[in-house]
Amino acid sequence: MSDEPKKSAKAWLYGLLPIAVLGILCCAIVKLGDRKDLLPTKVPPIEELSIQRIIIKPHGFQIEVMNDGPDELTIAQVSIEEAYWRFTMEPADKTLGHLEHGVITIVNYHWVEGEAYAIGIISRNGITWDAEIPIALETPVASSKNTWFFIILGVIIGVIPVALGLLWLPVLPYLSDKYLRFLSALTVGLLIFLGLDTMKEGFEFTEELAGSYNGEILLLGVGLLVFIGLMTLKNAGKAMVLDDGGRSLALRVSCLIALGIGLHNLGEGLVVGSAFIHGDVSMGTRLVLGFTLHNITEGLAIVVPLAACTVGISRIIGLGLLAGLPTIAGTLIGGFSFSQLWAVIFFGMAAGAIFQVVWIISKGPSLRSRDGGMALPENFIGIFAGIAIMFVTGLLI
Amino acid sequence: MGDEKTSQEKRSTGVNRRDFLASGGLTLGAAALASSSLKALGCAEPSCQGKSGTGGLPMDSDMGVIGDCTSGTLDPDLFLTHFDWGKVTKDLGDGKKRREYTFFAVDKEIEIAPGLFFPSWAYTSETPHDQDGNQIPGPGGSIGHVPGPTIRCREGDEIYIKFINQNNHPHTIHFHGYHSSEMDGSMKDQFVFQNETFEYEFMAEPFGLHLYHCHSVPLKRHIHKGLYGTYIIDPKEGREPARELVMVMNGFDTNFDGDNEIYAVNSVANHHMRYPIKVKKDELVRIYLVNTTEFDPINSFHLHANFFYENRTGTSMKAEYFTDTVMFCQGERSILEMRFPKTGLYMFHAHQSEFAELGWMGNFEVV
Repeated sequence: MSDEPKKSAKAWLYGLLPIAVLGILCCAIVKLGDRKDLLPTKVPPIEELSIQRIIIKPHGFQIEVMNDGPDELTIAQVSIEEAYWRFTMEPADKTLGHLEHGVITIVNYHWVEGEAYAIGIISRNGITWDAEIPIALETPVASSKNTWFFIILGVIIGVIPVALGLLWLPVLPYLSDKYLRFLSALTVGLLIFLGLDTMKEGFEFTEELAGSYNGEILLLGVGLLVFIGLMTLKNAGKAMVLDDGGRSLALRVSCLIALGIGLHNLGEGLVVGSAFIHGDVSMGTRLVLGFTLHNITEGLAIVVPLAACTVGISRIIGLGLLAGLPTIAGTLIGGFSFSQLWAVIFFGMAAGAIFQVVWIISKGPSLRSRDGGMALPENFIGIFAGIAIMFVTGLLI
Repeated sequence: MGDEKTSQEKRSTGVNRRDFLASGGLTLGAAALASSSLKALGCAEPSCQGKSGTGGLPMDSDMGVIGDCTSGTLDPDLFLTHFDWGKVTKDLGDGKKRREYTFFAVDKEIEIAPGLFFPSWAYTSETPHDQDGNQIPGPGGSIGHVPGPTIRCREGDEIYIKFINQNNHPHTIHFHGYHSSEMDGSMKDQFVFQNETFEYEFMAEPFGLHLYHCHSVPLKRHIHKGLYGTYIIDPKEGREPARELVMVMNGFDTNFDGDNEIYAVNSVANHHMRYPIKVKKDELVRIYLVNTTEFDPINSFHLHANFFYENRTGTSMKAEYFTDTVMFCQGERSILEMRFPKTGLYMFHAHQSEFAELGWMGNFEVV
């Protein structure tokens, strides 16, 4: 018995020893890290600058930048359309440490509305970066008018279509098992497309993201985390989200579908909001039309698992809002403080949630015949039709 | 912090050199010209050194580079009127002299716009001399300058240049002008490797405005890194006394993408916007204008509110053109002569707006 504490102390010692040695090693690396003379070859400093955001003001530009390289970086001059221009910078010494943010302000430049501009940034060592403005339009500031614009935008592309899709619920009880399987398969098809589309959009943002954030890994990591997290949540079983003990698996699936779609719609909102903010109005309008048509199918996806049970109207509305409301958050964030980092995180979450739903549906009973088989023509046709519908409505985007 | 201190030291060296120039008792010849022009520029006083921006002058524009160069790695004011006549070692009679130079090629980081540094290869003359044989300080001292020192001599002089390469790439000095094939500095067996020496020797002819540059390969890289300079041969009978200025139109590709990020005369972007070139009303101004710009097919020079006489390559005493804009390909050069009949600020710049807006723009201040 007296050996027990001794043993535990020993375990702690052996457990912590590698960490202590690692700590010493890290200190040594940090201390020697600046000793460039120890390197086998003479290396110039690595300079990387990430352009985070460009704000267009009535008589100038504001560029938010971040030092994405390992070494300190000093900005020497700034040009607009290949003309050096007067600017001020925060911090005033124009020097940014690793991952440090800075703001370059050009106070007096009379840009032409609708024209394209390239802002060149040149470092002390002559490395250059371009901040592109495809269409010059004044960046909206958060005013009540703009806020309403983005809220209404979110309602149009997210809330209303999802709600319309939910209206198909009363039709479902009239359908035979075969057609319900078809609709479930259709939902799976829709979700597969949505999941892949979400990942594609996420990867597009990773390209704009500062290299230090490891965008691709972040996207997949967040997705995987959400996927596993939701699975754990579901397995935790009875003690889950909804309060009444008689909650059916069907409701749980619906709930997860709504959550996944909600996260996806948050991402869609981001894309639409930032398209409007970047002056791409025609792109924005097309996105609105596309997403609106696209999203009506999302409402259907949510209610299909509920075909066999009776669910209160308030719960249906709740599911609709869970799927639709995040769109509004998306358009607002996209419109006023778009960040590639959050876009990647949201899209990663959405992809994880959507694929989790696909997983749950395919494991559950809704795609199976009485003998448990899944390889049925209606399932194949349903999945195919789901992907096809998304593809066709996607052509509008 | 360390860097800051170094630049402070370099800077104070610059002040001392200017003080020396202003008070060194050099009363004759080109050095005196340089000295007085520096005084005229108002830069002989150390107090002038600390000024930034336009030095309070009324061209406080939104366009152009911001701030001021503080490293002292380049000295465009001194360079503008600096002529290295070499060490005269023999009188060859009939006014002809043997002029000897010692040139080095070195590595030097230069500040080509405020806060923007370029890893140049630079020529340097060990002991520059004025026309009277007095030793004078050169731009960049003994540590190199871009463009390289302006070699000045007279038609028929014997030129001897001992070239020592202190850079770890092979270099040469290829002169425009007559010389023998062995002295061309362009063939592979004429490349001068690190710590090796080559002696160039030739007769200065024909009179005119020429240039020299490295002819080692790759050519583009060797020239654009800074290995070029001006080589002026005066005619036997001399030229009319004038306020003489050397302007080498050049550019720098700082990110090595085959396109220049900075354009200037004498390397420093917008230097003469911050420090206008002071000239006197009605005095004859002679510009030795050379184009060494790499990557772009042409460069140009345009003078505001005035016209000038142009003699291409300076090989004749008769002007061919009376104009306000000239255009050169790389290696082309002209002598421009003008007088400013009215006081005030007069802009000069490349008439390719792109170059002008990327640093190749300055002002004359006529007093």
